Amino acid sequence: MKNRTLSEKIFDAGNIILLAIIAFIMLFPLLYVFSVSFSSMQDFITKDFIIWPENWVTDAYQYIFASEQFIRSIFVSIFVTIVGTIVNLAFTATMAYGLTRNAPGQRPILFMVVFSLIFQAGMIPTYLVVDATGLLDTVWSLIIPIAIAPFNLIVMRQFFLNIPNELIESAFVDGANELQIFGRIILPLSKPALAAIGLFYAVNHWNNYFHGMLYISDPAKWPIQVVLRQMVITQDMDITTGQLVTDVAPPPETIQMAAVIVATVPILIVYPFLQKHFAKGVMLGAVKG
Amino acid sequence: METELIKQPDKEEEPSGNRKNKRKPKRKRKFWSYRYIYLLLLPGLLFFLVYKYLPMGGLIIAFQDYNPFQGYTGSPWVGFEHFATIFESQEVLRVIWNTLVLSFLQIFISFPFSIVLALMLNEVRNQIYKRTIQSIVYLPHFLSWVIIVGLTVIFLRGEGIINDVITSFGFEAIPFLTSDEWFRPLITLQNIWKESGWGTIIFLAAMAGVNPNLYEAAMIDGASRWRRIWHITLPAIRSTIIILLILRLGNVMESGFEHIFLMLNPLNRDIGNVLDTFVYFKGIEQADYSFATAVGLFKGLVGLILVVAANRLAKRFGEQGLY
Repeated sequence: MKNRTLSEKIFDAGNIILLAIIAFIMLFPLLYVFSVSFSSMQDFITKDFIIWPENWVTDAYQYIFASEQFIRSIFVSIFVTIVGTIVNLAFTATMAYGLTRNAPGQRPILFMVVFSLIFQAGMIPTYLVVDATGLLDTVWSLIIPIAIAPFNLIVMRQFFLNIPNELIESAFVDGANELQIFGRIILPLSKPALAAIGLFYAVNHWNNYFHGMLYISDPAKWPIQVVLRQMVITQDMDITTGQLVTDVAPPPETIQMAAVIVATVPILIVYPFLQKHFAKGVMLGAVKG
Repeated sequence: METELIKQPDKEEEPSGNRKNKRKPKRKRKFWSYRYIYLLLLPGLLFFLVYKYLPMGGLIIAFQDYNPFQGYTGSPWVGFEHFATIFESQEVLRVIWNTLVLSFLQIFISFPFSIVLALMLNEVRNQIYKRTIQSIVYLPHFLSWVIIVGLTVIFLRGEGIINDVITSFGFEAIPFLTSDEWFRPLITLQNIWKESGWGTIIFLAAMAGVNPNLYEAAMIDGASRWRRIWHITLPAIRSTIIILLILRLGNVMESGFEHIFLMLNPLNRDIGNVLDTFVYFKGIEQADYSFATAVGLFKGLVGLILVVAANRLAKRFGEQGLY
């Protein structure tokens, strides 16, 4: 656009600068925490402001990785994220496909799914059922009670409905049964949808604080978010007392910030993959099929 | 209710050469021909029955004085006593008020922020710059509430960096995290920080659907940037704004348990305690199962009515609605 007026140029410049400021505000807290977590104790105490570590040290990271509690919580979270996502996808995909074939009884089941989106029994009755089914205080309480997110089920069903029916019909003609059609035709065709929904499930597992706090009282089974809360928000540092790797323990602040970074890194790693999918995911969410 | 969900024509009956089937009555044969479908439905169905609908049956304890030793059948029935208590209790009314205030702060402050941000992004011509900014502002959506609240604590606590700056100018440190008056502003700011970028996606999609000819025609007619935004872009996203607003209104009883719970401490509980956290403290910490369930049921029912009403309203505006 060559014939822009002065006011147009001012508008554009202002807009670009304002957006840069907003983006900086979004990014700054993480950047600051990252820098402090790698700063030495002297720098942390003597400097007023750290925007980039001057002397890179990993004391804080060595400290938290020497803490048994912290390591264990990471393993719990990794386990829950991987196994939980597999369970999510298995339950969601089978049921979503089952709800596309117009089997007798499909309508009441669909109603059941949609109704569970708009009315939930609430925390206490669900807690009592989790207790009654023997999951309380096990890592399975972080997986089984949230095996299907009704909303994701509807999104995946919508995706399956968009697969041309002719493919299924012709497989029938060739003598395939529904299980074979599901395994050999539907699932391979749905890889993008499975990847997208799987990523969202995985991020939710990693970020889940609520269920760990509610269902698990044994600290040995706490997921990372519960331990992180204890360290950073409640500021109860005893929880991570590990073997000291340096003569002096690093300041609690840098330890906390290192823990925040460790819990953030997995999200940053999958973020580029998420980005590929989420516009699609939100659009599906917006029209809600 | 979910008629739009079912678009497929009826499937023809599965051709089955199994001679055994032929002897069965027609109805039975039909079910049999769907046996694999039922097999696929089974795990999901069990999940919904056990973890979504069994708890709904468990709601009966709201009408009992439930205790775990006597169980669902042995605990004494008290009728609507707990519901009567809800409306007599100053504490519960306070909690409902807190919930509503936070919801309306979100609707009237956080939500418009997303719209403004989307408008700004839409005006950026350089696609690389636009995409970079988008990547940055979407990121906080994927961080956990523990991390968001953790960052808030790190920055705003007494010896945090913000208070360092304040005291270095000779002012007194501000107790952001432990005072009543800062609770709601902080919750609102955190919501903006975490979700406003993510919230732009749906508006940007609506804006992308605008015919570029409209802008060109307006430009030839001498319309300024502001006028083009006002007369072309905003009308294009009006229906999106309306439907999101309506659906949000249907959810005013929700306040995000994790977020609020993590921000609560004994010093801000008066103003910060909302319905969800109240149910937790009463039911789990104090083991007052029945009363907590009654409060939760009350919240759920009001929420259900609001969502159904909001959905009707959305459909009246010619939108698709939630279901």
